[in-house]
Order: sequence, then C-alpha cells, then structure tokens
Amino acid sequence: MSMRTSLGVVRGLGSAKSGTEHFWHQRLTAIANVPLTILLVWFVISHLGSPRADVLASVRNPFVAIMLALAFLSILWHMRLGMQVVIEDYVHRAGWKLLALLLNSFYTTALGIAAFYAILKMSFGI
Amino acid sequence: MMADNTSRRPLSPHLQIYRPMLTMMMSIMHRITGVALYFGVLLLVWWLISAASNDHYFGIVEGFFFHWTGRLLLFGFTWALIHHGLGGLRHLLWDTGRGFDLRVVEWLARANLAGSIVLTLALWIFGYWVRS
Repeated sequence: MSMRTSLGVVRGLGSAKSGTEHFWHQRLTAIANVPLTILLVWFVISHLGSPRADVLASVRNPFVAIMLALAFLSILWHMRLGMQVVIEDYVHRAGWKLLALLLNSFYTTALGIAAFYAILKMSFGI
Repeated sequence: MMADNTSRRPLSPHLQIYRPMLTMMMSIMHRITGVALYFGVLLLVWWLISAASNDHYFGIVEGFFFHWTGRLLLFGFTWALIHHGLGGLRHLLWDTGRGFDLRVVEWLARANLAGSIVLTLALWIFGYWVRS
C-alpha cells in the first residue's frame, strides 16, 4: 500500500486534456437540443393517440426520420455528459464511480441504438 | 489506495449552512430535472420501439400513456423538459459573459420558474386541443 497522498500521486501528470472538449460538447449539444427538442415534442404531440399507421407514415418521410435521429444523437450525448458530471460530483468511492460511469455510457449508448433502430426500421418500412 | 486517505478528513461547511435562495433552488432544480429527463427519455424510446414493432405492442404502450399515471408522468416530463430547457438558455446567456448582474440573475430565476409553469400548461392545453 502506498503511503503517498492522492495529490502526490497525480502531481506533475497534468490534466487529462479532455476538460475543454467536455465543456464544449455540453454547449454544442445544448444549442442543438433547442430546435431538435422542439421538433421532437411537436412530433410526439402530433402522434400521441394516432393509429400506428400514421406514425409509420410520418417517419417514412426522410426529413422526419433524420430530424428524429439527430434529436436522439444530440440529446443522448448531452445526457451522457451531464450525468457524468453528476456522478463525478457525488460518487467518490473509486469502484462505485467507475461502475456508475460505465453504466452511464452503456445506458445512453443502448438508448441511442434502440432509438436509431426503431427510426430506421419505420423509415425503411421493414 | 488512492481514495482512502481523503475519506476521514474534516469537511468544510457545505450547502446546509446557506439560507435557501431562489437562484440556488433553480440551480438545484436544473440538475434534478436533468437527471429526471435522463430516465424519462427511456419512455420516449419505449414508445418509438413499440411503434416500430406491431399494433398490439403499440396499443399496450399507448394505453400506458393514456392512463392517468402515464399522463401524470408525461406532465412531469414536460415540465422538467421545459424547466431544464429554459435553465439551459440561461446558462448559454451566461456563457457569453452577459447576465451576471444580481438583478438580472434574480429576474432570470423567476422567469425560469414562471416560464416553465406557463409553457407547460400552454403546451398541454394545446395538446388536448389538437387531439380533441
């Protein structure tokens, strides 16, 4: 077991060099989320209660499908960055923190793939 | 281990010593709504997956959203989304270096809260009006 303090271990190594990118992607996706979320909410409101055939017909339109895919891409990327900050703020035990960060990546990636699969399947009419 | 020698150190006073203020509450709400939306998006993806599956499954999911618990969940989701969205616009304004004057900050906090409630109600009234 090392007698060195946490600070002593990391001193001189420098930063991870990824902080600015995190900050910038958070803002980039935040800006993109404004129009994309409005479109997404509009899509949901105009289809809740509609027959499934209407939803399929809408998503078959390439513009709608691409906008939906972009919305999920931006929103999920934003979610992953945001939750990462929350985890790093509150989970301090190294093992739990790693587990939480892993689950954060898995959850957002799984939702993204699921959403893209659903959008593409409907759009291509398979 | 790295993390062990930090756990028993005395901590400086944290949030609980401060008098609760609206701007502080809005900051906390921004984070809470963000976390709520994080899990709420699962419902949205569930709905999309059901639409891509078949009529029977789509009917089950729509049935859930039209039940009062589903509506309540969606209402909360709408409010969280608008609150987080308006809070985000506030942060984007601050990113440009503007809006740090205390009176402006206080006004923005009130506008954020009031705006989220008004817009949520407006959106739901609009939603019911469109669907009826």
